[in-house]
Amino acid sequence: MTPEPQTVDLADTSVRDLNAALHALSPDTNMTAWRVLNPGGRHALAAGLLAPVTVEIMGHAGYYCAGMNQMATVVVHGNAGTGVAENMMSGRVEVRGDASQSAGASAHGGLLLIGGNAGARCGISLKGADIVVKGSVGHMSAFMAQAGTLVVLGDAGDSFGDSIYEAHLYVRGHVANLGTDCVEKPMRDANRAELFAKLAAAGLAGEVDVGAFRRYGSSRLLYQFHVDHAAAY
Amino acid sequence: MDTTPRTLPRFSATFDPATLAEIRRAAATGIYDIRGGGAKRKLPNFDDLLFLGASISRYPLEGYRERCETSVVLGARFAKEPIALKIPITIAGMSFGSLSAQAKEALGRGATLAGTSTTTGDGGMTDEERGHSRTLVYQYLPSRYGMNPDDLRRADAIEIVVGQGAKPGGGGMLLGQKISPRVAEMRTLPEGIDQRSACRHPDWTGPDDLEIKIAELREITDWRKPIYVKVGASRPYYDTALAVKSGADVVVIDGMQGGTAATQDVFIEHVGIPTLAAIRPAVAALQELGMHRKVQLIVSGGIRSGADVAKALALGADAVSIGTAALVALGDNDPRHEAEYQALGTTAGAYDDWHEGRDPAGITTQDPALAARLDPVLAGRRLANYLAVLTLEAQAIARACGKSHLHNLEPEDLVALTIEAAAMAQVPLAGTSWIPGKGGV
Repeated sequence: MTPEPQTVDLADTSVRDLNAALHALSPDTNMTAWRVLNPGGRHALAAGLLAPVTVEIMGHAGYYCAGMNQMATVVVHGNAGTGVAENMMSGRVEVRGDASQSAGASAHGGLLLIGGNAGARCGISLKGADIVVKGSVGHMSAFMAQAGTLVVLGDAGDSFGDSIYEAHLYVRGHVANLGTDCVEKPMRDANRAELFAKLAAAGLAGEVDVGAFRRYGSSRLLYQFHVDHAAAY
Repeated sequence: MDTTPRTLPRFSATFDPATLAEIRRAAATGIYDIRGGGAKRKLPNFDDLLFLGASISRYPLEGYRERCETSVVLGARFAKEPIALKIPITIAGMSFGSLSAQAKEALGRGATLAGTSTTTGDGGMTDEERGHSRTLVYQYLPSRYGMNPDDLRRADAIEIVVGQGAKPGGGGMLLGQKISPRVAEMRTLPEGIDQRSACRHPDWTGPDDLEIKIAELREITDWRKPIYVKVGASRPYYDTALAVKSGADVVVIDGMQGGTAATQDVFIEHVGIPTLAAIRPAVAALQELGMHRKVQLIVSGGIRSGADVAKALALGADAVSIGTAALVALGDNDPRHEAEYQALGTTAGAYDDWHEGRDPAGITTQDPALAARLDPVLAGRRLANYLAVLTLEAQAIARACGKSHLHNLEPEDLVALTIEAAAMAQVPLAGTSWIPGKGGV
């Protein structure tokens, strides 16, 4: 039976009180369902959670929503500001609307699902998390991405994957241009299987043809300093 | 034999032997010189200042009896759990990766013995340094290597690193020789690559964003931890004001003598300003905002002696931070390794190829055999001894100036030996009342 959600109305409760209440939850809490009303674009909503609870934010969130998330599921029923799920370690963050810049920045684990578009620098410094964007991503997305997966169903903006390390990038639409040291790579069976798994985890199994995607990654030419590659910078 | 007087061979002051050697090296390799440490060029520094001491109008304290307090509290502006240190000398951020695990442990041991804090670096927090550091500051860097909320919560303070004095505007660098399996895993990088860290934070730009970022970190840590903002000295007046506006508890200003593990020599020597030039503008910003002593100022970059400590505090800092000097105390560049330094093409005291990971002292290396040379207990003791000497020296000067706390030292206690230092420190040229730009005769 779905538990009755704990409801916090930010019209009469501070973000500090909301987060303090969420941080006080133990990993085995039975208060697993939370609903936040009137978020009003406030910052750091549900940041630093560390229990397997579900927090539904009934409106728009500001900067750093679900920042550094561990174990929790956070759903934004609206748009999210800069740095949603930044440095997420585990869990799941879902934005039903659009996400601003630096979505999933430096995230180490978990899944970030963006229903609309994401702005610039989506997945910047990505360190192991999975990001699935149903729409398009802005410029410099996956900049210096180290590990993890970025799946874009729409288009990617300028300098996609600039200075990338070992993250896996899949784009179904048009890539404006690739950044330094980022190249298109062949789609092999293992890549199709990985992509299918990521789409399935995002609830998109069967809805999207993995064969329509192209794969991008590092050429690894700049992994060592070498004078012959100086012009690439 | 021709006895006609001849012109002696004469080197150019512009194209001196070091410059010529660097041109040849660049032509041969096609890559800029990378090295560790801070600016090596001669700069206006604390040696250019003198204390006046007591006189008929100033009353000294007994040098060996009367108390001269040294404690400092950092982070009381907003943090529920500010840091209380016994001495105003902290250990600067240096990463595991750039330093061996033994060296990090030794820094923690030494700092703990002395009653002060140590700091992580661009590579995350190790269990060793957490375990051996009673007070540990966790750096929050542009690269976010190894960054995780568990370490954020087990730190005693958080230092948001905007830049460092050796390279304001530059990111970190760790060459492949030091990207060992453990370092690579902590940083989520392939082993053996030449790591180039980010120079910008990935999710904030400018002071308005920084304010929101600081608020997020406070939320995640339930407002318990002090939050520092560290900048490389370049525009200290504005950076200090903006850090205060953004909600920092502590501002750290690192001058160009401050060291780095590895950066281009041209960056180290030509970007940023000297530590001496950075203090008064930062203090002025704090005073104008009514925040001097409320938001603490930590100054670093070239601090070597208790005199340097006292001078930095007299100019308005609340504490100083040491990095290079701490490594020397552990054993870096010790002449007992001279034969090995010679084999590396250098000499004790000048060794700065820390990025190559072949440090005979076992400090700036990830080579297990070299790292095992450093005894963390003994090296920690040496650091504690050195910190004790710095403190005693600063106290000796403070007592001579009649101060019962190091924080009671003030600019009025100082004069300058050079016009440059007088202008930068905004104290009179010795024997005059003249402060360049401020009038006087």
